[in-house]
Formats: sequence, C-alpha cells, structure tokens
Amino acid sequence: MAMSVPASEPAALPAGHAVARIWRAIRSNRKATVGTFLLLIFILVSAFPGAIARDSPTLDSYAPNMGFTTAHLLGTNGYGQDLFAQVVYGTWSVLEIALVVGVLTTVVAMLIGVAAAYLGGLWDSSLNVLTDVLLVIPLFPLLIIIAAYAHGATTLVLITSITLTGWSYTARQLRSQALTLRSRDFLEAARVRGERKIYIIVVEVIPTMTSLIVASFLTNALYAILFSSSLQFIGLGDPNTVSWGTTLYGAQNMDALENGQVMWALAPGICIALLGTAFALLNYAFDEIGNPALRPVRKPKRKAVRSVPSA
Amino acid sequence: MRYALRRTGFFLLTLWAALTLNFLLPRLMPGNPAVAMMSKYRNLSPHALLVMENLFGVNSKEGMWGQYLSYLHDLATGNLGTSLSEYPASVTQVISNAIWWTTGLVGVATVIAFVLGTGLGIVSAWRRGSKLDSIIPPVFVVTSAVPYFLIAMILVLLFADTWHIFPNDKAYYVTTDTPGLNLTFIQDVINHAFLPALSLIITTIGTWILTMRNTMITTLAEDYVRMARAKGLPGWRIMLDYAARNAILPNLTGFAMSLGFVVSGAILIEDVFDYPGVGYMLLQAVSSEDYALMQGLFLLITVAVLVAILIADLLTAFLDPRTRAAG
Repeated sequence: MAMSVPASEPAALPAGHAVARIWRAIRSNRKATVGTFLLLIFILVSAFPGAIARDSPTLDSYAPNMGFTTAHLLGTNGYGQDLFAQVVYGTWSVLEIALVVGVLTTVVAMLIGVAAAYLGGLWDSSLNVLTDVLLVIPLFPLLIIIAAYAHGATTLVLITSITLTGWSYTARQLRSQALTLRSRDFLEAARVRGERKIYIIVVEVIPTMTSLIVASFLTNALYAILFSSSLQFIGLGDPNTVSWGTTLYGAQNMDALENGQVMWALAPGICIALLGTAFALLNYAFDEIGNPALRPVRKPKRKAVRSVPSA
Repeated sequence: MRYALRRTGFFLLTLWAALTLNFLLPRLMPGNPAVAMMSKYRNLSPHALLVMENLFGVNSKEGMWGQYLSYLHDLATGNLGTSLSEYPASVTQVISNAIWWTTGLVGVATVIAFVLGTGLGIVSAWRRGSKLDSIIPPVFVVTSAVPYFLIAMILVLLFADTWHIFPNDKAYYVTTDTPGLNLTFIQDVINHAFLPALSLIITTIGTWILTMRNTMITTLAEDYVRMARAKGLPGWRIMLDYAARNAILPNLTGFAMSLGFVVSGAILIEDVFDYPGVGYMLLQAVSSEDYALMQGLFLLITVAVLVAILIADLLTAFLDPRTRAAG
C-alpha cells in the first residue's frame, strides 16, 4: 500500500491529470480512503433513495414496533413506518445541510477573514472584534433560541442560522494565514501594477490558501451535521422533513430505548456518526497530505526496520 | 496587568453584545411569537407586565431606545420577568433551582475529564509512537464526529435499560427520596449523576488528551528537556516537572475555547436523562413556549461561559509571565 512512494512529481503532471492526482492522494492515505468511501456511499444513497428502499418513509400503514424482517430490514417504528426507508430517505436532508452550510460558512469566513487581514486598520480591528465575540458566545443555546422564535427549524432556517453564527472559527484561521501573506513580494507587485484591492484579494490572496479553505469547508460541514441533528433531536426541527434527527426525536419522544425499540434510535444515530466521521477523516487526511509533519510517526519507523535487512 | 485589563475589557464588550443580542432576537424574528404568549399573562401586576413588555418589545409605550434602557435596568436589578410554565414563579427563582444541578454535574465531570485527559495526553506524548499513542488520535476522530446525545443514549441502553446498574432519568427518585442531608438521598443523587457525568466525560475528554499531547510534544523538543536528560534525571521527573509543567498552560486556554462545546453537550445530555438542570429547563421552556424563562436561561448560560473564559484568561496571565509581558 505504501510501496509506491509519492515523489514530488504531481506538480509536473499536466492539468488534465488533476482527477488522477486527487485519486492517487486519496489512495495513498488510509484516512482519506475510508472518508471518501463513506461519503460516496452516503451521496449515492441520497441521490437514489428509491432504488434502495422500497417503502415510502412517511407511509405509516405497517404494524408498529416490528423487529427485523426481510420486508423491513430495520423493522418499523412506533408510528408504523418502515425504519430502513426513513434512514435512506433521511440521508439527503442531512447531506444537503452539511454541504450548503460548509460552502456558505467558508465563503463568509473567507470574505471576513481575508478582508480583515488585507484591509487592515480600523476594518481589521472591528472585524476582528466581531469574530472574537462570536467565537466565545455559546452557539448551541443561541441556535436553540433562534429555532424557538422561528417556530421550528426548517432546512432554510437551519442553514441560515448555522451559517450566520458558525463562521467565526475559520475566519480567524484564514485571517492569520492572510496576515502572513500580506507583506509577500507577489502582493507588492500586484499593488505596484495598480490592481484594485478586490482583484488582489480574489485572484492573488485566496488561491494561496486553498488547503485552509478546504479544511474550513470540512470542519463546518461536520459542525452543521452535529448542530442540525442535535436541534432536530431535541424537537426543534421541521416535523415534515424526513431526516435522521427527526427520526431520533420520535424515538426519544416514544421512549424507544426503554421499550426495546433499539434500532429506532441507533440506526439514525449511527448514520449521523458515520457521516460525521467521513468529514472528520477527510479533514485529518487533508491536513496530513498537505503537511507531512502531522503524519503518524510510527509508519516510517516500521518501514525503516523492515528495509534494513533487505538492504 | 495590561493583559488582564484588556481581557476584562473584552469580557465587558462580549457581555454587552450578548445582552443586546438577547434584546434584539425577539424583535428581529418575523411574527414575534412572544406577542401571542403575552396574552396568556392575565393576573400579572402592572410592574411585572412592564418588565415582560420591555423584554419582548410588545405594545410598549416606550420607543425602542427606552425599551432597551429599561431592559438593561431590569437585568441590572436581577429582574428577568415571570415564568409562564412555572407561574407565578419568577424566572430568577426557577433558574436558581436548576443551576445547582448543572453546576454540580458539569463541574465534577469537567474536573475528572481534565485530570484524566491531561494525564493521558502527558503519557501519550511521552511515549510517542507507543500503542496508547497510536490508538488515541483515531479514537478522537470518531468521538469528535459522534453527536453528544448518541453517547448518552448508548450508555442508557447498556447501563440502565439492559443491565439495570444505574437509573435512566431524573436527578434522584422523585417519589421516594426526601431531598436533604440524608444518606439515601446523597447516594441516590450520586447514582443518578453517574451516567450523565460519564457521557459528558466521554464527549469532552478527547479535546483534553489531544491538546495536551500536542503541546507536550512541542515542549519535549525544548533545550531544557534535553538538559534534564543530560543531567540524568529520572524519566518521570523530566516528564512531569520539565515537560508537562510547561505544557499545561495552553491546555487551560484551550479549555476556555472549548467551553461552548461542553455547554452544548450538557444541554443534550440533560435532555436524554431528563436531568433537571439548566439545559433541560431551557428545552422545557422552549417546548412550553415560555419565552421569558428561555431568554433568562440563555443569558445565564452565556454569562457563565463568558465568566469562565475570563477566569481562565486571568489565571493564564497570573501563571504565565510571558502573557503579562506581551501585554
């Protein structure tokens, strides 16, 4: 697996091989392989739920609290709905929130972090204070309050509120990265050329921070999964949305665990954990690929021991 | 000193921002639901009614600015309005009952998680590349992705519903226990707190281990550690007195930053166990549309977190001369 030593050739490859390059990076890192595999499964399930589950997730005409049968792979819940269909159809809602919030928070964090670092002066201090204040206010209680005033959090409310409150952590990281770039020569050159500030930020500064931006997307997607599922779990979600969190709310509300309906609670819960793990693994893997110092230490050691007798 | 002053200034600024956010939220939301709720308060005294009107911005004769000033004045005098679900108790009374359960639970769980997590982090960094050190990071990847409530639910399933070792809800046996300083009550309280505390420890310990491990790895590369090795000091002394002692401060600062996660974990865990603390109360207030209690609890949680961060900041300044010099 680690036999093909990844040399520094990726840079020499033509742009058409970008897919092959990403593919090789994914295969060379075990965390990336597992993370990508998990994420691909969930994307496939969310894209073709009808091909995987026969039942409708909202149809409640079966006998309630059935165990495992061939017709109902995970049994039915207390309302007589097929649990397998609920889990399969619930995938899209969580994935949608994760991807959209991941992209939106990253965009907001990028705009605010980079603008603060690049514009400097009063802009920097005021944006910095805003970021720091948002960073220390506990977000989950705040989201609860917002959802309560919104009378239940629909997908739109979840996406908006998590985006508006969740950008501060990555904005701070992006700002400090952008600060280190500020005095570099290539930016000075752009300034001397007379480029506009917005051009310099978008074309010169942002592309140099790709790895931080990807990390920011993955981190925020993970938080979006956990925050949105938790809000739905405590009953603040939209009851008309089929999603893992709302299924869990039903299970908690009907005391599923105490009544032996273990799958009702565990199946959607484990799905959340697996999807979250996929994003977390990709995040760590991306760090390791981009920053070799973070790679596990024991790997090269073992290789060295093994190669000594053969050499 | 300048550092301490700056942190205190930042604390005051954040406090003001949180109070103002709390004031603005009900006014910003389309179709202020508090309006409907206000009609349920019939027997309120004129003064108590005015407090509620200022809290939510409902048919008040004062302008926005006047409402804001009265709201701040009410807060300064500890008047948070009247609870609807616990009528006629005031919000302050309801909160003062719930706060002790949460303080006890979160306090004990945090101390245990800190001691255990920091210890594991120290050993893990000291024996870098060992079995322990290779297990911890992947385990942390998974636990950081598991929703807090799922861990609590799995513990309930195993220890309460399957093996019947611990009770699965509430803080004591509500029907048989008489709260007070008697042995059965204290035993029952500990019994009931065990699973919620364990859930909180499992959800928070990973951060402790990982930050301690990572700072410890940096300090182990310092010259004074090499000096200690050269002097031939025993390994445990180098580990504890030289490396760990210098690595522990960033762990303290890290705690302040992760406090928000501890709080959200505590809310969800209290919900799973019906544990009568602040988080459980908050969710009760939300489901019974008791907006005054809800806002009071949000304020309390936020202020508690901000004060804890301030204390951690000041402690860092007190313990670490470098932050003081950096001003």
